[in-house]
Amino acid sequence: MATLEINDLHVTVETDGGPTEILRGVDLTVKQGETHAIMGPNGSGKSTLAYSLAGHPKYTVTGGSVKLDGEDVLEMSVDERARAGVFLAMQYPVEVPGVSVSNFLRTSATAIRGEAPKLRTWVKEVREAMERLSIDPAFAERNVNEGFSGGEKKRHEILQLELLKPQFAILDETDSGLDVDALRVVSEGVNRVREGGDVGTLLITHYTRILRYIKPDFVHVFAKGRIAESGGAELADKLEEEGYEEYVKGGATA
Amino acid sequence: MRPNPRRGGWSPPRPGKDLDLTQKASTTTAMAEAQNLPVGSNTTGAIAVAAESTTATRMSAPPSFDVADFPVPHGREEEWRFTPLDRLKGLHDGTAQATGTIKTDVSAPDGVTVESVPRDDARIGRAGKPIDRVAAQAFSSFEKATVVTVPKEAVLTEPVTVHLHGEGGVTYGHTVFDIGAFAEAVIVIDHTGDAVRSANVEFVLGDGAKVTFVSVQDWDDSAVHCSQHNALIGRDATFKSVVVTFGGGVVRLNPRVNYAGPGGEAELYGLYFTDSGQHQEHRLMVDHDAPNCRSNVAYKGALQGEDAHAVWIGDVLIQAAATGTDTYELNRNLVLTDGARVDSVPNLEIETGEIVGAGHASATGRFDDEQLFYLMARGLPESEARRIVVRGFFAELVQQIGLPELEERLITKIETELAASVA
Repeated sequence: MATLEINDLHVTVETDGGPTEILRGVDLTVKQGETHAIMGPNGSGKSTLAYSLAGHPKYTVTGGSVKLDGEDVLEMSVDERARAGVFLAMQYPVEVPGVSVSNFLRTSATAIRGEAPKLRTWVKEVREAMERLSIDPAFAERNVNEGFSGGEKKRHEILQLELLKPQFAILDETDSGLDVDALRVVSEGVNRVREGGDVGTLLITHYTRILRYIKPDFVHVFAKGRIAESGGAELADKLEEEGYEEYVKGGATA
Repeated sequence: MRPNPRRGGWSPPRPGKDLDLTQKASTTTAMAEAQNLPVGSNTTGAIAVAAESTTATRMSAPPSFDVADFPVPHGREEEWRFTPLDRLKGLHDGTAQATGTIKTDVSAPDGVTVESVPRDDARIGRAGKPIDRVAAQAFSSFEKATVVTVPKEAVLTEPVTVHLHGEGGVTYGHTVFDIGAFAEAVIVIDHTGDAVRSANVEFVLGDGAKVTFVSVQDWDDSAVHCSQHNALIGRDATFKSVVVTFGGGVVRLNPRVNYAGPGGEAELYGLYFTDSGQHQEHRLMVDHDAPNCRSNVAYKGALQGEDAHAVWIGDVLIQAAATGTDTYELNRNLVLTDGARVDSVPNLEIETGEIVGAGHASATGRFDDEQLFYLMARGLPESEARRIVVRGFFAELVQQIGLPELEERLITKIETELAASVA
């Protein structure tokens, strides 16, 4: 069973005032089939963790390790990580002008699977996945993320999740900006992927709302660049009641 | 005349891209929409309203058919300051003797006549005069002109194609496309091989005619090519030009539009892919001299390699008589590597405020790292991610051109260029 193992991860980002440390020793192990919710206040470093795992060049790892089944993820390029099975559903996916969704999906699937999916089964696969996410078929001919609403962008991210079937899915604030209907549709998509039992999920969120739809096995509170507390689903209930105050007081946040 | 928004006639700026003329109507204003502006690149522009520096005053001599009316350029003139004169093989200073050969292959559907006519044929020179010395040299030097006539109301189902294959050396040429009223035609000129070529092309469109003109510069890297394209657009006629420049050592084209009556429409599209050492220059001029005409200009280019140099000049003049004008021009450049240079200068001159809309935009940028990251995070190796971004950059324009059969050809061409170069 595949395991994603994060040990004492330190990450800095370049700012006007020089490098600033955002992650200050993150330890986390996610096994295939598990769902971990990472919750925390704004600025706690949750998204930095997501982007660092995916290999965004803006972030510099200054210490620690990330291993996928013993393989050093930090040594891999962004695309190698994706092909190794790490998927990041982005909070703000970018527009790619002139590239249609259908072309983009097929190109990604080809890269991830190592061979071009057979056209006939692929068309069906995409169509069905889009139907499940209540995505209009005309969407396939639009340019990637161009003019998409917030909800469309998130559905498009989850569509990719369903089609690319990663070993580890990092969902960066996938719930942000979604109305209740969209949140339900997106959560159902995530749950379909989880039900397969083949994916380890890292659900990064500010709010507990999405946890009503996606039940985590573990909840971690992220504060000041590291995990401040870990527990089961009941920890989310506590956060719902009490907020993050306990974790942010006693010093400035990063 | 200072445009006055309260008097009406001004459309709201298009989202995000336009200069707001109502706020910046004074004399000139720099256009800044640069994203990651590469070092050495220049994206400036001006909107002139009754200003001293106008399209006419910037030229070193008024338009003329006679080469003797133009001084030999030294390189600092406004119209020559971006061009490497020393690489023009004498096209600019009278030393280029017409000793070369170019193979010409014209195919035209039934009903279209193709004639070779002497210089004094009355059909020559109606669409506009040469505007610089090189164009005037070509006009003064050609021996016979080609006149292609599409009779009125003829709707061609096949394109008129002219294939010019350079076999080395200097040649001059002149071609007139005479399109009768309400005729419809697609005209394609392909340029291949090695040549030092200076040739002007004229289009005279009768009322209500519809012409799509495609000029493909697919020369060898040694070629030098200068050409002025003049289109005179009849009342309610439509002229669509698609300029595709991939090859050639120095290519300098002047697509120009005038209107013979109201209601005319011009769409000028361009794609260029400028590789190491290539100089590709497109200088456009839309002269709105009749009321209620439209023009839309969109040129996009990608550059890569040491000393790749692209120049785009987009001049639009809205004359006092041209009330009801609607015009927009856009230039986008994608710089793929260090060492490439872009000069992009849109100019808009307005002599009447009674128009529907006027705007321009120019931007030169590097690869968007976030796009690369997004695509790589979906498993695409960097080279493939880069290719898909460039392909998309051009595809956006190709989609806009709206000619399926041409789209396919352009995409294939871009794919070939990308396969060979973006690694």
